[in-house]
Amino acid sequence: MVKFLIKRTLGMVVTMFFVSIMIFVIMELPPGDYAERWAFRKFSGTGAQITEADLDNIRANFGLDRPAPERYLTWIKDIVLHGDFGQAFAFQTSVNNVIGQKIWLTLAILFSTLIITYTISIPVGMYAAVRQNSVEDHALTIFSYLGFALPNFLLALVLLYIMTTYFGTSVGGLFSPEYADEPWSKGKVLDLLSHLIIPAIILAWSATAFQLQTVRATMLDELNTLSVTAARARGVAEWKLLIKYPARLAINPVISTMGFDANRIFSELPIVALVLGLPELGGLLLKSYLDLDMYVAGAILLILTFMIVFMNFLSDILLAFLDPRVKLIEG
Amino acid sequence: MEQSKKSTQDNLLEVKNLKISFKTDEGIVTAVDGIDFSVRQGQTLGIVGESGSGKSVSTWSIMRLLPKNSIIDENSSIQFQRKSGKTVEITKLKTKSKELREIRGGEVALIFQEPMSSFSPVYTIGNQIMEAVLQHRDVTDQEAEEIAVDMLDRVGISNPRQRFKQYPFELSGGMRQRAMIAVALSMNPSLLIADEPTTSLDVTIQAQILELMNELQKDLGMSIIFITHNLGVIAQVADEIEVMYLGKILERGTTKEIINQPKHPYTKALIKAIPRLDHLGERLTAIQGDIPSPLSRPVGCPFYTRCDDVISGVCDVKMPEPTHLSDTHTVYCFLHEEKDV
Repeated sequence: MVKFLIKRTLGMVVTMFFVSIMIFVIMELPPGDYAERWAFRKFSGTGAQITEADLDNIRANFGLDRPAPERYLTWIKDIVLHGDFGQAFAFQTSVNNVIGQKIWLTLAILFSTLIITYTISIPVGMYAAVRQNSVEDHALTIFSYLGFALPNFLLALVLLYIMTTYFGTSVGGLFSPEYADEPWSKGKVLDLLSHLIIPAIILAWSATAFQLQTVRATMLDELNTLSVTAARARGVAEWKLLIKYPARLAINPVISTMGFDANRIFSELPIVALVLGLPELGGLLLKSYLDLDMYVAGAILLILTFMIVFMNFLSDILLAFLDPRVKLIEG
Repeated sequence: MEQSKKSTQDNLLEVKNLKISFKTDEGIVTAVDGIDFSVRQGQTLGIVGESGSGKSVSTWSIMRLLPKNSIIDENSSIQFQRKSGKTVEITKLKTKSKELREIRGGEVALIFQEPMSSFSPVYTIGNQIMEAVLQHRDVTDQEAEEIAVDMLDRVGISNPRQRFKQYPFELSGGMRQRAMIAVALSMNPSLLIADEPTTSLDVTIQAQILELMNELQKDLGMSIIFITHNLGVIAQVADEIEVMYLGKILERGTTKEIINQPKHPYTKALIKAIPRLDHLGERLTAIQGDIPSPLSRPVGCPFYTRCDDVISGVCDVKMPEPTHLSDTHTVYCFLHEEKDV
C-alpha cells in the first residue's frame, strides 16, 4: 500500500509538471503581450508615438523581456517555493490577492456540489436498484432525465425567481445586503452558506442524475452475481448482505469518476455563477485572457487543473483501498 | 415413492409434487413440473440432467433462493427435518424469516459450479468463512477464525493460516472449490447441496474434490444432493440417482440400478454418451436434437421428441404413470408400463 501511495504521488507530481508547461505555452499563445495592451490603454488617444524601444522598456518593467523558459522557471519556482502566483498586471497587485477569495468560493462550491451529489446519488441509486421497476424507481429515472435535460442556466433562473418571489430571500451574489459590509460573524457565515447552497444544488442535479444511474446499473449487475446468492445461502440477513456485497462494489464507478465530476462542475460553474452573480474563477479567467493578463489566467488554470488531477489521485487511492484487485494489477 | 413409505423417519428431506414456474416477458414458464424426491440421513442423492432440466431450480428452492419472479405452486411440499428434530414446511416460510436464515447455511449449505464467482472478490477467503461461522454459531471473532482455519486445513488447503488472508483471485480453481466446501461445511450442515461442484474443474482436480466430499461425508455424517450432467461423476458419489428431463423425473433408482439396468431410453442415451477408455476409437452416441424450450413443452412424455423408441399416439398424448420395477427402481415410460400391470 505504501509503495502504491508513493507511486501515485509521484505520478501526480509528474502530471502536474507537464500540465504546468502546457499552461505556460497556452499563456504565451495569444498574439501580443500585456506590455502592448498596457501601452495601448495608457497612450491611445493621447497622440503619443510609441516606438519598439518604448515597448521594450515597458516589457522590462513587467519582466516580460526575458526568454520564455527563464520566465517559466521563475514562475513555477515562486509558486512551488513561496505559493506566489506572480503579478496581476491589470489589477496592479499580486495574483494571490486577486484570486484569493474567489478560489475559496470556487472550492466551496465544488466540494458542496460533490457532497450533495454523492450523499444523494449513492444511497438513492442503490434503493432504485433494489426496488427495480417499482413506482419509486421510475420516478427517480424521470428525475434523473430532468437533471440531464434541463440547462443549468435555466435552472438557475428558475430557482432565483422562486427563491426571491416566494421566500423573499436574496440569492444573487455572495451575501445578503445586510451582511455585505459587516465583519465576519456566525450570522455572516450562515448567510454565505445559504448563498452557496443554490449553485451547489443546481450543479449537483445533473451530476447526481448521472451518478444515480451509474450506481443503479452497477448495483443491478452486482445484485445478480453468484457471490450475493452464496452469501444469502450462508444465511446472511438481506440488508446486511446488500451493504456488504453489492453496495460496496456499486460505489466503485462513482469513485473512479470523481475527477470527471470535478471537471464537469468547473466547466458548468461559470454560467451558473454568471446568472447568480457569484464572483468565481471562471469569469475572471475569461476576463484575464481578454486583458492578456497572463499570470492571472495561468494561476487559475493551474489551480483548476490541479484540483482535477488531485481528485483523480484521490479516486485512485480510495479505489485501491476499496477494491483489492486494483492493487494486484498495479503491483 | 415406495422407499419413503417404508422409512419416512429416516428422511431428512422430502419433496412432494414440486412445481416451480417463472413469470417472464414471454409468459409463465414452468421449469419444474411436479417432481418428488427425498434424501435420507447420511446418504447422497444424485440428480442428473442436461442444462435446463430444472435440477438447479428444484434444489435452490429448498433454500428458497430462487429469484423474485419465481412461483412455487401452492400444492408443492418441501419437508425438512431440522437438527432439533422438528419438521418444517419450507414452502410456507417467509423469505425474510429468521427460521429460514437459520436453515440457510446452518442446516442446508450450497456449493456452486463456479468457485470464482461464488466468492466476492473484495473480501478475503477468511472473511467469507468467518461470516458464515459467526452467523450460525455463538462464538467470538477469535474462535471463528480458528474454526475457519481448521476447516481450510480439513479440506486439504496447505498453509491455511496464510490462505485465510488471501483473496479469492489469488487461489487456483481447485483451491477455490475446496475453500467453498470449507465455507459450506464450517457451519456443520445436515444437508449439503452440491450444484455441479466439479464441472468447471479439470479431471484430476475433479477426482480430488469428489474424494474429499466422500471423505467429509463419512466424517460429518451429512446428507448430500449432488447435481450434475455427468453420469460418470455421479456414479462415484451417489447412493441413489434421479434422472431429470425438462422439469420432470423420468427414472429413479439406486446407483447400481440406474447404471447397470437403465430402463428409460433417456437414461440409456445418457450412459451411452459417457466417454470410456475401453471403447476408444468408437464415436460417442449423442442424443439427437436439442432439449425443447420450456416455453413450448411437449405434451405427454417430455422426451418423446428425441426418443428413438417413441410410440406415436401414446407418448405424445399423456405423461406415463410410474412403473415400479423394484422397491427402489421407478421408471416413467410407456415401454415398461404394461409389464407392471
